[in-house]
Amino acid sequence: MLVLGIESSCDETGAAVVRDGRYLLSNVVASQIEIHNRYGGVVPEVASRQQIAAIIPVVETALAQASCSWDDLDAISATYGPGLAGSLLVGLTVGKTLALARNKPFLGVNHLEAHLYANWLRDEPAPAEDAVEAALREQPGDPLFPLICLVISGAHSEIVLVREHGDYQLLGRTRDDAAGEALDKVSRVLGLGYPGGPAIQRMAQQAEDAYVEQKKSVKKARNVYRLPRAWLRGTYDFSFSGVKTAMLHLAEGATDATRTHEEGKPSTQYTRYTRMGEQAAQAGAPDVALLASGFQEAIVDVLAVKTRMAAQEYQVKQVILAGGVAANLSLRARMRQELQPLGIRLSYPSIDFCTDNAAMIASAAFFHLSLGERHGMELDVQPGLSLPFRK
Amino acid sequence: MREERDVDLSVQDGSCSLEVVSQRASQTQRIGMALGGLLQAGDLILLDGQLGAGKTTFTQGLAKGMHVTDVVNSPTFTLLKEYMGSQSRDQKESAGAPLALYHFDLYRLDDPDEIVDLGFEDYFYGSGVCVVEWAGNADELWPADRLYIRLSTVDETKRRLLFVATGQRYCELLQQLQKNMYAITRS
Repeated sequence: MLVLGIESSCDETGAAVVRDGRYLLSNVVASQIEIHNRYGGVVPEVASRQQIAAIIPVVETALAQASCSWDDLDAISATYGPGLAGSLLVGLTVGKTLALARNKPFLGVNHLEAHLYANWLRDEPAPAEDAVEAALREQPGDPLFPLICLVISGAHSEIVLVREHGDYQLLGRTRDDAAGEALDKVSRVLGLGYPGGPAIQRMAQQAEDAYVEQKKSVKKARNVYRLPRAWLRGTYDFSFSGVKTAMLHLAEGATDATRTHEEGKPSTQYTRYTRMGEQAAQAGAPDVALLASGFQEAIVDVLAVKTRMAAQEYQVKQVILAGGVAANLSLRARMRQELQPLGIRLSYPSIDFCTDNAAMIASAAFFHLSLGERHGMELDVQPGLSLPFRK
Repeated sequence: MREERDVDLSVQDGSCSLEVVSQRASQTQRIGMALGGLLQAGDLILLDGQLGAGKTTFTQGLAKGMHVTDVVNSPTFTLLKEYMGSQSRDQKESAGAPLALYHFDLYRLDDPDEIVDLGFEDYFYGSGVCVVEWAGNADELWPADRLYIRLSTVDETKRRLLFVATGQRYCELLQQLQKNMYAITRS
């Protein structure tokens, strides 16, 4: 089954053609990261204006790259939530219109669910065309149910138990900031720019390389900062606002020693972390790379350990990562370390499919379409959509 | 030795202000909860203060006071999250409808025109309660009557909350909040 997927939930405009939910024929993304870089994040009105201009050429390019005509397509799909209303509207309207005009079945896709299905996409070429029944069966390389999925992005940090296609149980979620959001905010505070995840990973890598070169322990060095970790024991919930605030105070202490705090004390003296930052500054230039490394470690530590604990408790065969932060190399390595001794499989999408893309939309659509699901033209955008959790 | 006053209300030409020192995050939530219980449709609450000052923590308490059962977390990425408060017993008796909570976050917006473009203004005069984090990013946009709350970091856990109410509705609200708050700040 050949499915066209369209994605426009946030700052990307994408279209892709995917066979049987797994094999990529084309994947086109018009990124607006450079525009949004100026704002330190996505600005909705700017995003949707860009998407209107980009969407038709993106769809045409996806079909051309797949060497596929409208007649070859079996169905059309588009994201209908969650995301920014104006942005969603662009992709959904184009998807529905094309389906109506070309007389193809249409399916609206939940963007979060699609991030999970990025784990079904693979780089190898498509085999000879399968019957739908065969494609629906588990194939070598598919994730194995039951599985634990860690959904981590700018807006989400959730641990989800997935027993079967479409059967989701929420085990834990963030109580304040999402992991990606904390990375973005801290990156801005450290002057590293947007998007924060890759910027912090790059700086952390610099620190780690430098310490390896000097044959010193980076772990020991960054432990000077003793960043807090919110374990929230007895739950699978996360909290990243504490470590975010600690980082802010560290940076403030290190860079802002001259300003006087309202309490009459120097601004760098009002919390443990501002004092730590000041000491670091006095000992020499504050080491931004080392700070980035310590912060990334604090986030990865909690994500990896809690996900491993959930995998053990629910005795799953596999853990999958989904969402933009799944691209983080430090998280991938740490997850592998946690799971390998237990014999639990780990998979994550290739970097291109961690961030928003249309291939994952076509993949998720395939599994729903194969079960006979369709959406009518009345389907509307749902900006606040979540995964369809069982009650 | 002067007794340390944690709650201090002052009234000055049409606006009232109140300063509270919260000892820890759970107390900040309880103060938010006390305010949440007093809110009605159309109320506008503006929050300001640097990263980590407790804006989301305060809003979590406020939501609890409005009987919102969903988890309230940071709306920075999505700019707006909507919640529905469930009906309290009082509301059932008076047959009132449950209140909606619109939780905004303008952290990433610098230009007030963007907010106008987004159609957010419709919410500010709508039928729910609006709570706006990083309200300072759109200062000229707000109506004269509102409750403004500035949070600042005193030390690791201590936060100072400065409430400034303008207009009759919000001055009365603040006076009621002050009465309800003594119990909280004494604990």
